Amino acid sequence: MERTTLDLWVGTFVVAGIVAVAILAFKVGNLSTYNVSESYQVKAYFTNVGGLRATASVKSSGVLVGRVTEVKLNSERYEAEVTMNVDKRYQFPKDTLVSILTSGLLGDQYIGLKPGMDDGMLKNGDVIHMTRSAVVLEDIIGQIVASKAESAK
Amino acid sequence: MGALMPLVRSVRNIGHHLVEAVWRLGYATRFFALILLNSGLSFRRFHLIIRELFFSGVMSLIIILVAGLFVGVVLGLQGYETLKSYGSESSLGQLVALSLVRELGPVLAALLFASRAGSAMTAEIGLMKATEQVAAMEMMAVNPIARVVAPRFWAGVISMPLLAAMFSVMGVFGGYLVGVVFIGVDEGSFWSQMQFSVDFQHDILNGVLKSFVFGVAITVIALFEGYDAPATAEGVSGATTRTVVQSSVVILLLDVVLTAIMFRGI
Repeated sequence: MERTTLDLWVGTFVVAGIVAVAILAFKVGNLSTYNVSESYQVKAYFTNVGGLRATASVKSSGVLVGRVTEVKLNSERYEAEVTMNVDKRYQFPKDTLVSILTSGLLGDQYIGLKPGMDDGMLKNGDVIHMTRSAVVLEDIIGQIVASKAESAK
Repeated sequence: MGALMPLVRSVRNIGHHLVEAVWRLGYATRFFALILLNSGLSFRRFHLIIRELFFSGVMSLIIILVAGLFVGVVLGLQGYETLKSYGSESSLGQLVALSLVRELGPVLAALLFASRAGSAMTAEIGLMKATEQVAAMEMMAVNPIARVVAPRFWAGVISMPLLAAMFSVMGVFGGYLVGVVFIGVDEGSFWSQMQFSVDFQHDILNGVLKSFVFGVAITVIALFEGYDAPATAEGVSGATTRTVVQSSVVILLLDVVLTAIMFRGI
């Protein structure tokens, strides 16, 4: 069997296609930002998570330190159970405050970690006790309406 | 009684067409199964597939790349106009990339592929049948499905995802060109917003899967229409038309189904 120019064209075509998929994966998609470093898992309970979803970012001082892996309702406590993976390079004290924040006025919700003063560090599987739930716009409006009604009396 | 005759005739016509359609569908399914069963030979003689890859893949490159660039440019312009009114021009990269990778890349590349390569397949095989080349092969104990049809099927199935990926890349480049280079959206936020929102598994792999399914559908329709075409000039021309019409409708229908399965908004 002879090598032909047709083979060259088809080879170029296949290589170009694979390169296109690679560009999509690394330049357009998030494959390059996937964290391959080790992480540890912590849990936190919230009375209200608002619009928080799995894959939401976990940030401390605005720096991305991990990702939310699961949001579900714990049927024993009737509270939302949020599981997150935090990069092993970043260690946080046991009394870290976990709050659900919003990027911008109407943006995506993410988890903010504010380190406390405890000497002990969080380990894999720990539960963080200091939490602050998402701010629900309706609650705020309700409070404002109630306080207005109060002051009108 | 005589007044009812046109009515009876039209009911009979509907029934006839319905039975005919189901019959053809069954025949097409058996044809598809035959292609899969007879694929072994085309993989053992891979140069058959290479040859068809050249005709259906390489020859479709230019139209796919040019169309992708234009679609990206239009997305960039239209997206900028809409996003500007919300003051979020920085999400332009996200808009362009997500719409291309999820929808426009696979669907438009498939539509172009159906009219560029699918019609050619139908005409080629229809004419081979009309000039009794297929019958001659059978006389020589060569299985025409294994020798002629299966290599074309696999070439189409292989080239479709590659073409769709190239379409998306050209589209993103077109969006970058018009958004960042001409209009002046911030380059950093263009790429970072895009990378933040496009997920490899959820968006890119699902897009590739879509184009793979479209590739199977287009080539099966094109090959079947060619194989089933009446052995006349009108027969081949009608079959070519039906290939383009049917594959376009089937692509869009499959897209609805696949999108509903893949992106249910978890």
